Amino acid sequence: MITKRIIPCLDVKDGRVVKGVNFQGLNDVSSPITLAKYYSNCGADELVFYDITASSDGRKLFTDILCETAKSVFIPLTVGGGINDIEDFDRVLNCGADKVSVNSGAIRNPDLIYEAAKLYGDQCVVISADVKRVDGVFRVFAKGGRENTGMEAIEWIKQCVSNGAGEVVLNSIDTDGVKGGFDLEMLDAVCNAVNVPVIASGGAGKIEDFITLFKTLPKVDAGLAASIFHFGEVKISDLKTEMSNTGIPTRIS
Amino acid sequence: MVAIVDYGVGNLFSLKSSLTAIGADVVITSDKEILKTANQIILPGVGAFEDAAKKLRKNGLDKVIKELADGGKPLMGICLGMQLLLDKSYEYGEHDGLGLIKGIVAPIKDDVTSEYKIPHIGWNPLKLNGDSSPIFKYIQDGDCVYFVHSYYAKNCEESIIATAEYGTELTAAIAKNNVFGCQFHPEKSGKVGLNILKAFIDLKEENYADLSGDRFV
Repeated sequence: MITKRIIPCLDVKDGRVVKGVNFQGLNDVSSPITLAKYYSNCGADELVFYDITASSDGRKLFTDILCETAKSVFIPLTVGGGINDIEDFDRVLNCGADKVSVNSGAIRNPDLIYEAAKLYGDQCVVISADVKRVDGVFRVFAKGGRENTGMEAIEWIKQCVSNGAGEVVLNSIDTDGVKGGFDLEMLDAVCNAVNVPVIASGGAGKIEDFITLFKTLPKVDAGLAASIFHFGEVKISDLKTEMSNTGIPTRIS
Repeated sequence: MVAIVDYGVGNLFSLKSSLTAIGADVVITSDKEILKTANQIILPGVGAFEDAAKKLRKNGLDKVIKELADGGKPLMGICLGMQLLLDKSYEYGEHDGLGLIKGIVAPIKDDVTSEYKIPHIGWNPLKLNGDSSPIFKYIQDGDCVYFVHSYYAKNCEESIIATAEYGTELTAAIAKNNVFGCQFHPEKSGKVGLNILKAFIDLKEENYADLSGDRFV
């Protein structure tokens, strides 16, 4: 039985993890390498590195750090942020990334997913979609959730999957940051539309939110979160123990 | 020294890093002479079977690998590299493998109901077969490893050393004497994976069933 994955997301800017991080026993809490090792030891099933750097110097630094991390962390690494063309795929895959997540890059260039999937395989290409309800319709947003593309989200995600995306990260803008639980309605709609793994993102505030997610929607494969893990509000080891206790298939490392 | 066969298929960064992490002396090579001097050989691979099999044959690496495996050198195929050890694959047609282990490669989707997503991606517990394999000496039944694949090994019952449940019993690992294959990615399977690699590099040409050595972590 495949286990449900727990995925911390690290936002990296100019080589450092942004968002305050507060862990006992970690000297350099904004070092992506230190944090990645920490999460890996705590039982994280995968890590997402999200590059929010704007400059090319920052991008180089990000790539160097990815290489360093991949040398010492032996769980799957997904990279997102600033992926606009095949060269970007190459750049991060050569540094040890296993999967590459595309968002705005795929909106700007709809062929990107197809081309990347052909070159690297479906399993390597993740479509990350920022989705928000507008007048009762799920719409895709671009530019970090600031711009409504007008596209209907379920159709967009289906199209990305048929072009070769092997996994979907669904970020609900409506529940993001609220800490009131994942967007079950939106996730259900996506799970019913595609037959590739779906990763839930946006809204987790406590352990129970993950339990509700996996119990209510058994089709969801993974839960992703950032600040609640970084701030220690949810400890991954506690979360996984609770998942296991409630009968959710879980990897206990 | 452990040699990773470089035949232009896939990214070897993580595999090399994981072997380095467990203290192995690693070389990535397509040089037949270096392969001959290696203590162990790893055949990696991602992508499509036909393309990989062709690339392996193009420079005669298939013959060298078969010769060395027949001579007793420990060999491990990983993911597509494991599938290449078998007789045949039915991925987009029918293609010959190395034939080092009896069996075929077939689509998972033919043997599971549609509720099972393809590819099979994620962490799945290993069900180890009764007779423990030397490559599993540091791990336990139920330990999770990371899979990413759409095809799997079949008709290889006598060589199966581990399976994983995914709507059917998927072949997770196979072995015949000094030849081993893992469908999952040990280099991406955390400490469990590193300990499988460690157990493999403990093996010697003259004694491939050696159970001595030290766990990595």
